[in-house]
Amino acid sequence: MINDFVVRFANVNGTGSASANFLFTKSIFRMGVPVTPKNIFPSNIQGLPTWYEVRVSEKGWQGRKEGIDLLVCVNPQSMAKDVESVKTGGYFLYDSSKQLHDEFIRADIHYLGIPLMEICNREYTDARQRQLFKNIVYVGALSALLNIEFEVLSGLLNDQFKGKEKLIAPNVKALQLGAEFARTNFTCPLPFYVERRNLIGDSILVDGNTACGLGAVYGGATVCAWYPITPSTSVAEAFNDYAQEFRVDAESGAKNYAIVQAEDELAAIGMVIGAGWNGARSFTATSGPGVSLMNEFLGLAYFAEIPSVLIDVQRAGPSTGMPTRTQQSDVLEAAYASHGDTKHVLLLPSTPKECFDMTAQALDLAEQLQTPIIVLTDLDLGMNDHLSPPFEWDDSVKYQRGKVLTAQDLDNMGKFGRYLDVDGDGIPYRTYPGTHPSKGSFFTRGTSRDEYAIYTEDGAVYKRNMDRLMVKWETAKELVPKPVIRQAKIATQVGVIYFGTSNHATDEALFLLSEKGVHFDSLRLRAFPFYQQVADFIAAHDQVFVIEQNRDAQMRSLLMIELNIAPEKLISILNYDGTPMTAENIVQQIQSKFKQSSKVIPA
Amino acid sequence: MTYIRPAFRHPQLPLNKLGLPVSYYEGALSTLCAGCGHDSISAGIIQACWELNIQPHQVAKLSGIGCSSKTPTYFLSNSHGFNSVHGRMPSVATGAYLANRDLLYIGVSGDGDSASIGMGQFAHVIRRNVNMVYIVMNNGCYGLTKGQDSATADIGSISKAGSINQFQGIDLAGLAIELGATFVAQSFSGDKEQLIPLIKAAIKHPGFALINVVSPCVTFNNNPGSTKSYQFVREHHAMTSKMDYVPEMETISASYHEGNNQEIELHDGSTIQLHKLSQEWNPEDRLSAILALKQAAAKQEVLTGLLFIEPETKALHQILGTIESPLNTLSESSLCPGNKKLMELNKSWR
Repeated sequence: MINDFVVRFANVNGTGSASANFLFTKSIFRMGVPVTPKNIFPSNIQGLPTWYEVRVSEKGWQGRKEGIDLLVCVNPQSMAKDVESVKTGGYFLYDSSKQLHDEFIRADIHYLGIPLMEICNREYTDARQRQLFKNIVYVGALSALLNIEFEVLSGLLNDQFKGKEKLIAPNVKALQLGAEFARTNFTCPLPFYVERRNLIGDSILVDGNTACGLGAVYGGATVCAWYPITPSTSVAEAFNDYAQEFRVDAESGAKNYAIVQAEDELAAIGMVIGAGWNGARSFTATSGPGVSLMNEFLGLAYFAEIPSVLIDVQRAGPSTGMPTRTQQSDVLEAAYASHGDTKHVLLLPSTPKECFDMTAQALDLAEQLQTPIIVLTDLDLGMNDHLSPPFEWDDSVKYQRGKVLTAQDLDNMGKFGRYLDVDGDGIPYRTYPGTHPSKGSFFTRGTSRDEYAIYTEDGAVYKRNMDRLMVKWETAKELVPKPVIRQAKIATQVGVIYFGTSNHATDEALFLLSEKGVHFDSLRLRAFPFYQQVADFIAAHDQVFVIEQNRDAQMRSLLMIELNIAPEKLISILNYDGTPMTAENIVQQIQSKFKQSSKVIPA
Repeated sequence: MTYIRPAFRHPQLPLNKLGLPVSYYEGALSTLCAGCGHDSISAGIIQACWELNIQPHQVAKLSGIGCSSKTPTYFLSNSHGFNSVHGRMPSVATGAYLANRDLLYIGVSGDGDSASIGMGQFAHVIRRNVNMVYIVMNNGCYGLTKGQDSATADIGSISKAGSINQFQGIDLAGLAIELGATFVAQSFSGDKEQLIPLIKAAIKHPGFALINVVSPCVTFNNNPGSTKSYQFVREHHAMTSKMDYVPEMETISASYHEGNNQEIELHDGSTIQLHKLSQEWNPEDRLSAILALKQAAAKQEVLTGLLFIEPETKALHQILGTIESPLNTLSESSLCPGNKKLMELNKSWR
C-alpha cells in the first residue's frame, strides 16, 4: 500500500514530542503527498497521555480515518489501550529498552521494538537531551520503515534551526541512529510506505487559529480583547505575533494595534463593543463557555447596532465539557445569543484559507451591517494543521467601513437619525464620537428608542425598530458568503447539507457512496442567514441528510426554524464523541437510515 | 420630575473661552426624583466642563444601569453617550478609549453597578489605568428596584423599612487606593464647592480618576438611621483638605494659612492647591491616604476631598505602547501588510 495509511503516536504531553511529530508530518507533505494530522490531547500541561494521528492519503482525503496501521508507542501509561487500537495486521512500534509485558502481546499484529531509551542514554549525557532525542530517534526509524527521504527530513531541520545551526548536527545524528537501527533490525520499508508524488500543488499546511489571527491583521483589526480559553487562545496569540511583525512603526516602535487580555469574557466582548462603537475594528476570540458569558453583551450589540467580531472556536460542551475535544455544538447558542428576539450572522469556515478570508470579511460585515458577526470554527480546524489553498489578498481592495457620517456629511444633510432607515435596507447611518461640534451626537442604549435615539416605551415605535432589524437581516443574506453546491454525476432526489470541518469526512463519504452507486447532491453552508439557494436546494430534493457534529442536530433545527422545513425531510447524521467525524461513520449512518426509508444501499 | 425647564435663557449668560454659555453643556431634563443627589453631581459635571472650556463633542459619556447610569442623558447633550449593560461600563469605556485616545471619557456608575454586579470590571479598569473620570453616585441602595440595600450600605445602617444592614459595607475609595488607582477622591453631592474642583482635577489627571460621591437617595435612603442620608453626611462630614483646581497660567487666588498648604502640579501644568486639614495626611502617599480613610471610618466620619494622587502616571495606551494617533483613524495603508508579505508567509507553510 503506497501513500494510504494511518500512523498514531502515543506520547506523554510536555515531553517535546509535538515538534518531532510535526517533523514527520511535514516531511510527507514535502514529498508531495497529502497528509493530515490530528492532535488528540488532554486538558493538561504535563504528564498525561496525548496522541497525534497522521493520515496519509494518496486520494487527498483529509478526514480522520478509523483503524491504526502503525502505532508509535512512547507512553507506557496508555500502552494497553494503544496495543488494542492497532488494526489486525498492523504494527506496534515501542521502546524495547524494557521487555514488553506478556499482556501487551497480540498474535495478530507485528511488533517493532527499538531501544529508544538505551540508544539515547548511550549517545547523550544531558537528561533533557536524552528525553527530547528519543522523539527524533523514532522519527529516524520511521523514515526507514516508511521510505521517507532522509534529505527531506534534514532539510526540515535546517529550516527549523535557522540561526541555531549548532542544533542541526545532533538532531541529524538522532535521525540517523533511528534509521540505522530500523534498517539493521527490520525489513524496510513496511508493506505500506510513502512514495514521492506531486499531489499537493501550491497548498500550505497551517492551522485555522493562525489563519484567523492573520486574517484579523489583514482585515484591519486594531483592537483585540480576549480571555484565555482552549481552544481559541492561539487566535489572539497569532494576532499578537503577526501584529508585532507587521504593525509596529519601524522608527518609533509604536504599535498601531492594542491587545488587552481581559479579566473575563464579559469584559473582553465589552471592550470589543466599546471599540466598535468608537470606530475601531475590533474582535475577540473565545469558545462555547465564553460565548455563554457574552450573551448579554451580544444582545446589546445586536439591539444597539454596534459592529463587533467574535471568533468562536467550538469545543465539546455543555459546561466545561471536553475542553480539548472538537464539536460543532454552539450553532444555536451563537445564532440566537442573548435574551429577547435576537439573530446573529454566522460565518462557517471549513479550511484555514476560509478562516483567513472569513475573519477579514467578518470585520467588513460587522461595520457594513452594524451588528455582531460570529465566525464559527472549531478545535479540529483551529488547533490542527490542515492542507489549505494558499492565502491571498487583493491589494486594491478597500475595507468596507459601512455607513459612517463625516462632519461634512452632517453639515450637508437634514436632521440626523441614528436609527432612521434612510436607504430602505434596514441599515441606518452612524457617527463616531467627536465628529462634529453640534451635530450627530446621539445616545447609545440597550433600551428601546425611536429613530432619533430618544428613549421610548411606545410599543409601536419599539415594534417598528424590531421590524427594521429584520429588514437588515434580509440585507445580510446578500452580503454573507454563498453556499457551495455540488451536483452528483447522476440525477438524484437526495441531498446532503454540511458545514465547517464536517467537510473532509463528508467529501470522502460521498465518494465512497458513489463507488457503491449511490449519488447525492451536496450543499456546504458557509453562513447564516441562509441564502435562498439553501431553501431551493432542500425543496429540490425528497430527502436531505444534514451532517453535523453535535447531539441535538442544531443546524437541522436552524434550517427547520428559519426556512420552515418539514422535520421529516431533514435526516440527521451526527457525531459527538469529541473526535473529528470519519467518512466511515457517515457512510454507515446513511446506510442504516436509508434502510429505514426502505431504499437499500448495497453494503 | 415636577418642573419643566424653561426654554428661555438669559441672553447675557456668561460665556467661557470657547464662547459657549453653560446651558450649552446641559442635557435632557432629568427624570430622577426631585432632590436626588445625582442631579447635583450632573450639575457639577456641567459646571466643571464649562469652566475648563471643554468641547462637548470631544467627550464620551458612558454608564451602566441604574438611577446613576441614567444621568449621562442629563448632561452634555452634544456628547456621544453610551448607556451600556449593568456593571459593564468599565469594559465598554476601556474599548472606547483604546479606539480613540484623544477623547475625554466620563464614566458614571452607581454603588450597585460598581460594588456588586460590576465589582470585577471596577477592579480591572483601575489596574489598567484607563484614562477616564469614573464617578460613582453612591447612595447605598438600589433605587430603580425600590430601595434594597446595596453593597456600599454601612453595617448597622437602617433602611427606610426599618431593617438594619448586617453586612460589611464596601469602601470603594479605599479599595481603589489598594488596587493602585492613581487618583482617588471622595465627595458629597451636597457640597459643590468641593465637588467641582475635584471633577476638574479628575478630568485633567492623565490616568484613571475615581470620585466616589455620596449622593443621598431622597426616596429610599434618606431616613433617620441611614448613614447615606443628607442629615447623616452633613453631620459626619470630615474633609482631608480645602482644595482649588488652578488651570495653567492662572494666578493663584486662594490663600490659606502657611504650613498646611500643598501644591500638586498636574501633567499639563495646571495645579491642585490643597489646604490640608490633617497634618499626617500626604495625598501623594498611598499608605497615608488609606490610614486617613480608616481613621475617619473609625470615627464614623465620611472623609471627603482628594485622598490620593499620583500625578505622573502611565495610562493604558502608554503601557501598551500604541501610536499617538487614534486607532480609529487608521486605514488600509497602515493596517494591511499586503499580498507580498502574504506570499512570503505562504512559503513558510510549505
